[in-house]
Amino acid sequence: MNNLLIQLSEYLSYPFVRYAFAAGILVSLCSSLLGVILVLKRYSFIGDGLSHVAFGAMAVAAVLSVTDEMLVVMPVTVICAVFLLKRGQNAGVKGDAALAMISVGAMAIGYLLLNMFSSSANISGDVCSTLFGSTSILTLKSSDVAVCAVMSAVVIAVFVFLYNKIFAVTFDETFAKAIGVNTEFYNLLIALITAVIIVLAMNLVGALLTSALIVFPALSSMRVFNSFKKVMICSGVISVIAAFAGISLSILISAPVGATVVVINMVIFAGFSIFKRFA
Amino acid sequence: MAQILCSNVTVGYEDGAVAKNINFQLDAGDYLCILGNNGSGKTTLMRTILGLIKPLSGQISFDTAGAAGQIGYLPQQTPVQKDFPASAEEIVISGFLSKCGKASFYKRHHKEEALDNMRRLGIENLAHKSYKTLSGGQQQRVLLARALCAAKTMLLLDEPTAGLDSDSTAEMYNYIETLNKEGMTIIMISHDMDAALKYASHILDFGRDGISFMTKEEYMKGHRNE
Ligand SMILES: Nc1ncnc2c1ncn2[C@@H]1O[C@H](COP(=O)(O)OP(=O)(O)OP(=O)(O)O)[C@@H](O)[C@H]1O
Ligand SMILES: [Mg+2]
Repeated sequence: MNNLLIQLSEYLSYPFVRYAFAAGILVSLCSSLLGVILVLKRYSFIGDGLSHVAFGAMAVAAVLSVTDEMLVVMPVTVICAVFLLKRGQNAGVKGDAALAMISVGAMAIGYLLLNMFSSSANISGDVCSTLFGSTSILTLKSSDVAVCAVMSAVVIAVFVFLYNKIFAVTFDETFAKAIGVNTEFYNLLIALITAVIIVLAMNLVGALLTSALIVFPALSSMRVFNSFKKVMICSGVISVIAAFAGISLSILISAPVGATVVVINMVIFAGFSIFKRFA
Repeated sequence: MAQILCSNVTVGYEDGAVAKNINFQLDAGDYLCILGNNGSGKTTLMRTILGLIKPLSGQISFDTAGAAGQIGYLPQQTPVQKDFPASAEEIVISGFLSKCGKASFYKRHHKEEALDNMRRLGIENLAHKSYKTLSGGQQQRVLLARALCAAKTMLLLDEPTAGLDSDSTAEMYNYIETLNKEGMTIIMISHDMDAALKYASHILDFGRDGISFMTKEEYMKGHRNE
């Protein structure tokens, strides 16, 4: 055990390892807080759906031969996410269905464009990177970590200062509106923040890990706790612990980082489920 | 000036009007009971008063005491997700949101009042229970307690006693009467004619031949002549 700790602290002397820890923990924390809302609004799969949108946008960028495709991909994905999320509780098409429509539609358009205007670009490589993160978490730069720090600060500030309004709007939008809360504004604000964070997280750690970070901590804490506040806090704590443990473990046994973090989250979920059963 | 004035209002949805020519006015402390058959548009009118939907025509005006942020509302149905983690207390206190203004935290006295309202409705022991595991009648009381927290001058109740046992129904009516005596304006939709005639000061009747507004006495006279 001691050996492992010494080994870990040795690794921590490398900047890229420290960056991985910082970014991993911060992205996990943001995703897990937003995850509680996303799961309740039936958008658990939003990370996956948006990665398909990113693919469609990439195809458009390739056809238009835009050199920096992020200039197309980022705005398109964020706009799609806002469009999806800002629709309130009373929308005619529910979250999962709207998500399915957008993601399948984007895939179709992307594939169609690439087939008709094939420009020999390395599309499969790009698709892979939208799914698994354009940069591996172990190759992040200090500027990436700064982005993570800023977005975490924004998310935490929003959750601390608007916590009660977020609860009211998520729990019962009609009542909130009836007593004079500006529900459109809060829906839009939550949608905007969520959209930006998810798109950033997808770029840093990939869509698969982002999806996992959204659902697992939220579902684990919802197994055990009955109050919204406790679920939120527990979700944040779980995500930080899982990210720290996952990254440490992956370094020590030289396993892929994202997958290890997901497995740790799964183990915590299983543990909470068993605890609930026997408690 | 009347606290709420409704003149020539037509309510409905995009696909057409549901109820036409609604006229009434209430002063602070009045107790209006809305009567009418299923589907006649009572809930639609209440949603229009709350500003959740726009009137198709006509005007609803409030004096300053009736402006947004002063009205408590108990919906007829609250479609709550089966898996939403929320304790009864968290739901009740969310009624104070409109009274926090720009600030986004509840004050200590909000918390005390919330517990007070729960005590009055006999649900203080449920405060930390999960809402989704409560019985229908208990959920109804939690939502009523939330409405009370939101109400300052006016309380809109859409079938408040639906799903309550007879003891709770009586308690509920007594409690609403107490609030009304303290000066709260009540607008209540009910299918319970006896209660309407016992407690209300005014009746809004969604009848077959139009919507008529009158005091309780006028209503009783009209029905005796039939
Ligand atoms: N969201 C909606 N969109 C379109 N039409 C609606 C909507 N909600 C209700 N309606 C219609 O409006 C009419 C009046 O409905 P409302 O809920 O106001 O009736 P009510 O008087 O409250 O009846 P009840 O006593 O059953 O509660 C009904 O015919 C209903 O079909
Ligand atoms: Mg109704």
